[in-house]
Amino acid sequence: MTTDKVLMKGNEAFAEAAIRGGARMYFGYPITPQSEVPEYMSRELPKHGGYFVQAESELGAINMAYGAGAAGGTVFISSSSPGIALMQEGMSFLCSAEVPLLAMNVSRGGPGIGGIQPGQADYYQVTRGGGNGDYRIPVFAPSSIQEAVDLLYEGTELAQQWRNPIMILADGMIGQMMEPVRLPEFKPVPKPNEIAGIRDWACTGYNDRGGDHNRRVVKSLRMKPEDLEAHVEKLFEKYARAEKELCRYETENLKGAEVVLVAFGTTARICREACEVLAEQGIKAGLIRPISLWPFPNKAFDEIDFGATKAVVSVELSMGQMITDVKLALNGRLPAFLAHRTGGMVPTSLEVAARAKAVLEGLK
Amino acid sequence: MKPIFEYTKGMTDVPTHYCPGCTHGIAHRIIMEVLEEMGELGNTIGVAPIGCSVTAHEYMNVDMCEAAHGRAPAVASGIRRVHPDKVVFTYQGDGDLASIGTGEIVHAAVRGEKFSTFFINNGIYGMTGGQMAPTTLIGQKSTTSQDGRKKELNGMPVKMSEMLASIDGAAYVERVALDSPAHIRQAKKAVRRAFEIQKKGLGFTLVEFLSTCPTNWGLPPVKALEWVRNNVMAYYPLGVIKEPKEEEQA
Repeated sequence: MTTDKVLMKGNEAFAEAAIRGGARMYFGYPITPQSEVPEYMSRELPKHGGYFVQAESELGAINMAYGAGAAGGTVFISSSSPGIALMQEGMSFLCSAEVPLLAMNVSRGGPGIGGIQPGQADYYQVTRGGGNGDYRIPVFAPSSIQEAVDLLYEGTELAQQWRNPIMILADGMIGQMMEPVRLPEFKPVPKPNEIAGIRDWACTGYNDRGGDHNRRVVKSLRMKPEDLEAHVEKLFEKYARAEKELCRYETENLKGAEVVLVAFGTTARICREACEVLAEQGIKAGLIRPISLWPFPNKAFDEIDFGATKAVVSVELSMGQMITDVKLALNGRLPAFLAHRTGGMVPTSLEVAARAKAVLEGLK
Repeated sequence: MKPIFEYTKGMTDVPTHYCPGCTHGIAHRIIMEVLEEMGELGNTIGVAPIGCSVTAHEYMNVDMCEAAHGRAPAVASGIRRVHPDKVVFTYQGDGDLASIGTGEIVHAAVRGEKFSTFFINNGIYGMTGGQMAPTTLIGQKSTTSQDGRKKELNGMPVKMSEMLASIDGAAYVERVALDSPAHIRQAKKAVRRAFEIQKKGLGFTLVEFLSTCPTNWGLPPVKALEWVRNNVMAYYPLGVIKEPKEEEQA
């Protein structure tokens, strides 16, 4: 049974959603602005027969997650920007070894230690991969706590289905604010001795597999280049399917829009208000909200009313990272401009509207 | 005829890639023999490291997971949470355990993780071509200490077993050698004891094997064994460094 609406802080709702989604393993290290997630997990996971481990570092946490995932556990981890940076070694390994993981970045301003206020400057990190080698991680960016809860709940299954890390990117604003949410029902969780039968690749020891003495090895090493090439090609067949099946977005008011704003997460909420501000000034503005950042929703840009729209504005809490993908999606069909704040600063809807208006005036 | 000795089922029939005279093969075999003798082969999950033994998972006939360099103790900690009733071990060299993975091994011991670590100490980075390890002896030449390791430049060789034994969560720590049949028999006893203490849930267990690297030491295999006996054991003495109290074991 789903719950009635309850008022929850983002970070606590994220943790609860992961538990309800079946995650029983959480490995974490304190970092602002997501420390309520490990705190919640330390308190709540043992009540559900799960394990919380406070790791010695984010390196420790991601590698515990790798081990638990390789053993067939349903694993959730979370961190914030510099911590996610430390985990990139593990992300590369998880992708290569095809180990499922649900991960969350409650991101803040950078670079370096940066600050603790909300940021979206991890866009390249999460969509391009901060680790070594050819790999991809599907990334979803919720713009409300409810959407984050729904994505996390689904994410435990997506990770198993795709045998790959799934990343939820919520900026610090969504982690720290409170909103009413409806929590989904608890998913069933396999017992340790049931894992071998359900996850037919997981390390369990062959006693759990009846008479099957074929051992299971979870690894990324391939010494022969022809083997490694074949393995990476196989991974990319999977990623090609993911590009089709995991592409998600929303569009609003594209028909007849003079200007189209593109924004994800917190910024999308600001843009919705900016569109209203522009409408009051007689300017019709539309919105494209990517939900999946990788795969980037290129097809959303085909829905633009090219007869009416004069410019596209990428609105970001960074110096402009998503705009690279916006330009690729537009493929020269329209000019793309940037509206941004960075370092933990968040623009108001009036600032965004003013920038969009200035862009249109500059084109006259 | 009844066979009186058979190759352990704990090893696959894949030929190992180790150099002639390397003691990795002996260490692999005694660990897997013990698991077979204990009837635990089907109940075990091992973690292979980065280094020469990166392909240990091709030879050890149990479910295996490969870890990034130094991270095996974190990986094993994760495996242990999913399968609390299995036998779990890590197999790690000195670059892996005593250098890049110090954080992971120290905190596995701090948490009293119930897995066993087999620590292969041959005082050198074998796979990358003979660079200095944290355990390289003073005066010992390597490709990154070409005039021999100097205390003032590189510090003294680290004694990981003594350091880890000082941590409350470590239940059992023993250093053994693979230079002679008598020492190999002792090493096998130590492996068995580590697994037994793990199964009793008494805490973290570690066996350090003083091992050889004839290729990168520039010594013939027999001389390499003599080097362990004459030089390595003088700095890294054999024996039990920490064990559970008798009442805990009973």
